Amino acid sequence: MSALGELRTLRRQGAHKGSQALSEAARKEERAAYLFLVPWLAGLVLITAGPMVASLYVSLTDYNLLQPPEFLGLANYLQMLDDERLLNSLGVTFVYVFVSVPLQLAAALGIAVVLNRGMRGLAFYRSVYYLPSLLGGSVAVAVLWRRLFGADGLVNQGLALLGVHDAPAWVADPDTALGTLVVLNVWTFGAPMVIFLAGLRQVPVSLYEAAAVDGAGRWARFARITLPLITPIIFFNVVLQIIHAFQAFTQAFIVSGGTGGPSDSTMFFTLYLYQTGFGNFQMGYASAMAWVLLVIVAAFTAINFWASRFWVFYDD
Amino acid sequence: MTTDALKTATKHLVVILIGLAMTYPLAWMLVSAVRDEPDIFTTPGLWPVGDDLANFVEGWDSAGLPFSRYLVNSSLIALGAIVGNLVSCSMAAYAFARLRFRGRRVFFGIMLLTIMLPIHVVIVPQYVIFSQLGWVNTFWPLIVPKLLATDAFFVFLMVQFIRGIPRELDEAARIDGAGFFRIYAQILLPLMRPALVTTTIFTFIWTWNDFFTQLIYLTDPAMFSTSVALRSLVDSTSASSWGPLFAMSVVSLVPVFVVFLVGQKYIVQGIATTGGK
Repeated sequence: MSALGELRTLRRQGAHKGSQALSEAARKEERAAYLFLVPWLAGLVLITAGPMVASLYVSLTDYNLLQPPEFLGLANYLQMLDDERLLNSLGVTFVYVFVSVPLQLAAALGIAVVLNRGMRGLAFYRSVYYLPSLLGGSVAVAVLWRRLFGADGLVNQGLALLGVHDAPAWVADPDTALGTLVVLNVWTFGAPMVIFLAGLRQVPVSLYEAAAVDGAGRWARFARITLPLITPIIFFNVVLQIIHAFQAFTQAFIVSGGTGGPSDSTMFFTLYLYQTGFGNFQMGYASAMAWVLLVIVAAFTAINFWASRFWVFYDD
Repeated sequence: MTTDALKTATKHLVVILIGLAMTYPLAWMLVSAVRDEPDIFTTPGLWPVGDDLANFVEGWDSAGLPFSRYLVNSSLIALGAIVGNLVSCSMAAYAFARLRFRGRRVFFGIMLLTIMLPIHVVIVPQYVIFSQLGWVNTFWPLIVPKLLATDAFFVFLMVQFIRGIPRELDEAARIDGAGFFRIYAQILLPLMRPALVTTTIFTFIWTWNDFFTQLIYLTDPAMFSTSVALRSLVDSTSASSWGPLFAMSVVSLVPVFVVFLVGQKYIVQGIATTGGK
């Protein structure tokens, strides 16, 4: 069961049992439990929750690391509404997320379905398709992408062989630069594909056999059996990939040389946040941006959970 | 040939062609790294033209310090992260999976939520804390969070795994007088090996590929990780000398690729059961 499934279960279990007096053994167990949790609890307080609270406060201030923070109230948040570069970066990020994630998941599901049908050499093919997912987040692959989609890169050489000589300079052209990053994300469909493959294996073969007896064709079997039964896996992948895509950073940073260019066309929200915080040391504004990012990610996750009741099928 | 055999053959052909298309860019980078400079961008094919290691020799020293320095730095960071994750995540996982305590459900829920927390929300105060401690340009900001089990994904992975180990084993040990620590260290840890290997592999790969936090904390060239060094190489590379840059890119991917070859089984199981990246 996935982390999301666990959260569902926790929520469903609902109200707590009333606490009773603990026996000696139970007290000992509880003490042991908290000892084992010491590193995690320390991390929660010092690395996660504490900094979160601090960052919420910093987001209400003007802070450049050198002078003490100066309280501004909601000024940083209001300033965002007039910050055209920021609004543009939100747009760029939305396009990236909502174009690349559906394409990536469609590719993952499509290939997984093809590979699933008792295909020989499955393990080998799975590894080949998974490899880009493993390397795709690295600086090296982003460097490669910059060259692949350069004016005289591999892609344009290939196009030239096909007789296309007026292709754009992809990464240097504001109309196409973001597209190359979308392609990069779609290229890493191997990770969700592996998850789909695991899910597809859970679909009972007997269902397909029964459907075949009833005369159901390939497509009918896919649409009426496979698809409904793997909706929880699709849901899981959608939630996860959307969360990941909103946080994409490395590829845009390297492909644009850290600028988010050309003309801010690859300026992801995270990249603008980095430039604001660690380029200009406007820590207050950067923190406010981080909270906006968190709210956006949380909102889309919540929407996903809410919408899941209309299309995700749980048989438990 | 029967139609079934034909169908199967077609399917394999399609799968192979797509696979080739997907891996082509990687192969092209590899071959370009051993090509003579002017040939890189005039030949989309895969035959090496220069077939010597000049690009590697040139690239090795072009980021300031020898590239081996950055490989060592990245290895140290990865090693620290691996040890941190193995110890702290397995301890937390044992408590969540096996021990009863008040607040377990709430903490478990919080732990699951932190898996999805964007690092950006905490990075500014973290940076302030770590720079107050004088830890900027050390590896501590990259390792200490791992020692404190902040990679909650692995806590979850191990919880899942421990749940699959029969409780009778713990109980038998308890009857024999073993305490909680002995059950954790001598019974569960050895049985958790596959989960620990998966954690090791993913921690290595994610740490090696990490860029955002390393970019923020490592600004002194002597402390650069491989990712950050590669980036500085990009910045200093003129449009005409991509050969050495490609060579070093290839070098930077070799450790990940080797780990992938060795640990494929664990990687696939790891993502299949918990849904990693």
